[in-house]
Amino acid sequence: MKTICFYFQIHQPFRLKRYRFFDIGNDHYYYDDFQNEEIIRRIAEKTYLPGNRAILDMIKTSGGKFKVAFSISGTALEQMEIYTPEVIDSFKELAQTGNVEFLAETYAHSLASLGDEEEFKQQVKRHQNKIYTLFGVKPKVFRNTELIYSDDISELVYQMGFRGMLTEGAKHVLGWKSPNYMYSSIMQPQLKMLLKNDRFSEDLSMRFSNYSWNEYPLTADKYISWIASTPESEQIISLFMNYEVLGTLNAAETGIFDFFKALPRFAAEKGISFSMPSEVFSLLKPVDSISVPYPMSWVDEEKDCSSWLGNVLQQEAFRKINEIGERVRLSDNRRILQDWTYLQSSDHFYYMNTKRGHVGFSPYENAYDAFNNYMNVLSDFIVRVTALFPTSIENEELNSLLTTIRNQGIEIEQLRKELTNTKKKLEKKLTTE
Amino acid sequence: MKALMFGWEFPPHILGGLGTASFGLTRGMAMQPDMDITFCIPKPWGDEDQSFLKIVGVGNVPVVWRDVDMGYVSERLGKYMDPQLYYDYRDHIYADFSYRHVNDLGCIEFSGRYPDNLLEEINNYSIVVGVIARAEQYDVIHAHDWLTYPAGIHAKSISGKPLVIHVHATDYDRSRGNVNPDVYAIEKNGMDNADHIITVSNLTRMTVIEKYHQDPAKVTTVHNAVEPLSPEILAIQDKKGVKDKVITFLGRITMQKGPEYFVEAAAKVLAKAPNARFVMAGSGDMMDKMIRLAASRNISDRFHFTGFMKGKQVYEVLKASDVYVMPSVSEPFGISPLEAMQCGVPSIISKQSGCAEILDYAVKVDYWDIEAMADAMYSIITYPAMHEFLKEEGKKEVDNIKWEYAGQKVRRIYEQVMNK
Repeated sequence: MKTICFYFQIHQPFRLKRYRFFDIGNDHYYYDDFQNEEIIRRIAEKTYLPGNRAILDMIKTSGGKFKVAFSISGTALEQMEIYTPEVIDSFKELAQTGNVEFLAETYAHSLASLGDEEEFKQQVKRHQNKIYTLFGVKPKVFRNTELIYSDDISELVYQMGFRGMLTEGAKHVLGWKSPNYMYSSIMQPQLKMLLKNDRFSEDLSMRFSNYSWNEYPLTADKYISWIASTPESEQIISLFMNYEVLGTLNAAETGIFDFFKALPRFAAEKGISFSMPSEVFSLLKPVDSISVPYPMSWVDEEKDCSSWLGNVLQQEAFRKINEIGERVRLSDNRRILQDWTYLQSSDHFYYMNTKRGHVGFSPYENAYDAFNNYMNVLSDFIVRVTALFPTSIENEELNSLLTTIRNQGIEIEQLRKELTNTKKKLEKKLTTE
Repeated sequence: MKALMFGWEFPPHILGGLGTASFGLTRGMAMQPDMDITFCIPKPWGDEDQSFLKIVGVGNVPVVWRDVDMGYVSERLGKYMDPQLYYDYRDHIYADFSYRHVNDLGCIEFSGRYPDNLLEEINNYSIVVGVIARAEQYDVIHAHDWLTYPAGIHAKSISGKPLVIHVHATDYDRSRGNVNPDVYAIEKNGMDNADHIITVSNLTRMTVIEKYHQDPAKVTTVHNAVEPLSPEILAIQDKKGVKDKVITFLGRITMQKGPEYFVEAAAKVLAKAPNARFVMAGSGDMMDKMIRLAASRNISDRFHFTGFMKGKQVYEVLKASDVYVMPSVSEPFGISPLEAMQCGVPSIISKQSGCAEILDYAVKVDYWDIEAMADAMYSIITYPAMHEFLKEEGKKEVDNIKWEYAGQKVRRIYEQVMNK
């Protein structure tokens, strides 16, 4: 019995406005509201709303057989709350069917797992809380930014209490192994993993509307028969992709929605079911462990992290944010913490990409432009952070000082209470006497 | 005395220092009461200040006879020149150029910039000058920079009037020694045919004598000067939003300007003075490389790139600066430190720049001496007395460098060549 595990990634960063040298110290608002609103509205129109409608429809018509998982970043959720609250409502509706699972990830879709453990943990917790407040479910399965994974990250994820994780089935890691089984981390055998099936996922994300593909046009019938013809023992087909596959990467006219709607029927014919990741994790046992000493991701040919941290510009920017992370977390200024989250989105680093033949979306003219703008913003942010506490005090000392102050505050509060209580008692005593 | 000048740019639409220098010099010369200047540029925009000279747009001079009426000419060219001039020029067309690409007025069009087909534009410029040289009355021909040398020679061969060429830069400066043979040939030919050569510094004078094999007696240095700042510019406020000290590089980010030495020195200063900030204003073919260099030195949060700056923006950057640095590897003159000093910004300049010859109250270092450069930056931002001294004295010094004096020197050269 085979099962298909669908998972869609949804993320929108807070893109930065043009921020010049003279703005440093003068202007503390960094975001291009116009562009952000325009983009999220456009994608909501083309993908989120029709996609959710289609999935709800599929769940209903299949009699609850169709199941999917979503991973929605915190920054995307915030933008939906501001600009397109109707999308949040439709996700709530999906959540109520019980056939949709929400995965945990870093709040800002950040690269913290590669540079700042503490930040990583905090962001994941914040994201879990956000999902819980919006949809009333606590995510149990973890999925890192762009499926970034390494042995060290698996250790962190395990420590945070997750027992299941989704990641890439990169060729250079798997070798002869098939991604269609469950694996476990070599560091933490208790942490089970589902690996993305590259071929079947990219059939939809890259090739579906490509006229020059020899399998064009792809029909649901053909697609399911491919999946059914995989060896008998291969039980899970993990189809991980951007939600934008529906409606944006493949426009509605390509027939992508009808393709999806036809999937449950053909799958049922071949005896293939749909599952959410947490179901698979509780049903199956890992067949083997995999070792990933260097981080991998689901991006580009190389399936590594060079799209975000490949050149000196990206490394410099990433180094700078990691340097101040500890100091930022000592602060309780809400605006600073908010900007801090937004500035960490991996997209800012992706725009600084200089890889040859690179064709991703970028609001900038080139990588250098992206870098200059980001560094100007970051410079202003650093000025604000360092203005909070004197730089002459080390982080550790500062932390203990802040704790002392906080404890003293609590103590004073307690003593005051005690004092009023005893006073009242005394008064009572006096009056009764 | 009447001078016919050939140039490539004229304010307010300028691409480099050549336009600024052309403007300043002609303005300084116009202070002499009997001086009459006709200045030719490829493409005027119509908003040039013509109060002290006459601007002729080479692209508005006909080389092919066209039967057009006065109304049409004044509609098309009225904003650039007196329409009657068009007919005067039309009477002096000297050959059949109808095989060249001309417009409805019989004029060759120019980009007025430095396009890829620059050599073709230079040649076209020279063709049109044949008409101007026949139509105008003048005593001396003055050609600014290599782009107009062929035109100068052409005018001289027509009228027999003496030719003075003005060397604002040579290809040795632009290329750090790897000269383009085409450009060198044009430069050398211009110098060989000139009656006198004016250079903007002794540094350039030595290049002209040694690399272009000119007779030292024929080469005279006339240093550039600066225009006094307008009240509008003086009123610009410092918009800097940070309390840090700002050290600025302003200019084209190219090999000639030595930007990499500035970045390296910045890294050294930041190791000792973390409160400094660096600004690299301008654009150029080495900009991306410099962004990478700053990133690999781990100073990008304190090293900012502004992109190309023009007009008022330049002064906004200067007003926000505490130190100005020009680490040029080879700079014929270099007008920008003078502008910085006018704004009261202490300057550090390389010994390899022409303006070092006339400035006493600027710090001078070898362009390659990163240690010395970092040292100078550090002391100016750290010791207020040093900053104050250079600011006050530097301002006094540049306020005495006037185009009027430069104009008088050029006048003496004119008289010398005319009496030969």
